[in-house]
Amino acid sequence: MRTLKARLIGFLGLWVVWLLLTSPWSAQEALVGALVAAFISLLPLAGRSPLGDLRVTPKALAYLFLYFFVFLKALVLSNLDVAFRVLHPKLPIAPGIVKVKTRLRTSLGRLLLTSSITLTPGTITVELRGDDIYVHWINVTAADSAGATAAIVQGFEKYLEVICG
Amino acid sequence: MLAIVGAFLSLLGSAFFVLAAIGLLRMPDALNRMQAGTKATTLGSILFLLGIGLMRPDFLGRIIILILFIVLTNPVSSNALARAAHAWRDRIGLKMTPDALAEAEAEAAALASSTAEAASAKPTSEVQHDA
Repeated sequence: MRTLKARLIGFLGLWVVWLLLTSPWSAQEALVGALVAAFISLLPLAGRSPLGDLRVTPKALAYLFLYFFVFLKALVLSNLDVAFRVLHPKLPIAPGIVKVKTRLRTSLGRLLLTSSITLTPGTITVELRGDDIYVHWINVTAADSAGATAAIVQGFEKYLEVICG
Repeated sequence: MLAIVGAFLSLLGSAFFVLAAIGLLRMPDALNRMQAGTKATTLGSILFLLGIGLMRPDFLGRIIILILFIVLTNPVSSNALARAAHAWRDRIGLKMTPDALAEAEAEAAALASSTAEAASAKPTSEVQHDA
């Protein structure tokens, strides 16, 4: 059963996408979009929505905002790193799959974490089993689980823990 | 002014596309090609689309939706591709020095074969490829 919070966030998400799609705005379109979004978010769909895992305390929202920039920074830095490896004449790569551990419990938190890992170049999430995430890493600098966790996961996890535990 | 910034961002984005193409050609195996190719396109396409959005502000809303969808769908497809590539790692010649996932699968397979008499223990299809 979906919680009220998940439905509200779902409604807001759908409506914001509709508003972006119909810019420049008119009141009629916005109203119809709100009605349709409300109808969709109230549908009695089976299963629980991961959106309900999002915390809506001021601290969590502030961290969500910060996380955007943390992720952007990681994206740019790792893009430049991969670009450097691609252009380097010796192609300095040492690919491998490492096992990292996550402390996140909720499905939304894990979704965000694994997606962030995949979106930053140099690392791809291959598999998630229990608490273990298997990550393909283009240049393995720490083969053991603890070192790889510190290098790949902890920068994101610190924020995601507050956002959605 | 905004148009110039937009054009510059688009140029930067297409530079990342070029890097992705070079990476596709130079990288040795499937997973590394994914790293260079599909990944450099994330920043590449984000910058490229943002640049177009700044040049044509009336498109900006739709551009943001496009970026959102790329960011949401790219990891899912990359993950599916990576899993498929890893399951076929012997046939497509993947080389990885620590392969924690293969070790975990080998452990699981050993555990499954040691309890093979129990009818419920069956190895996954990925493990069957290994042998």
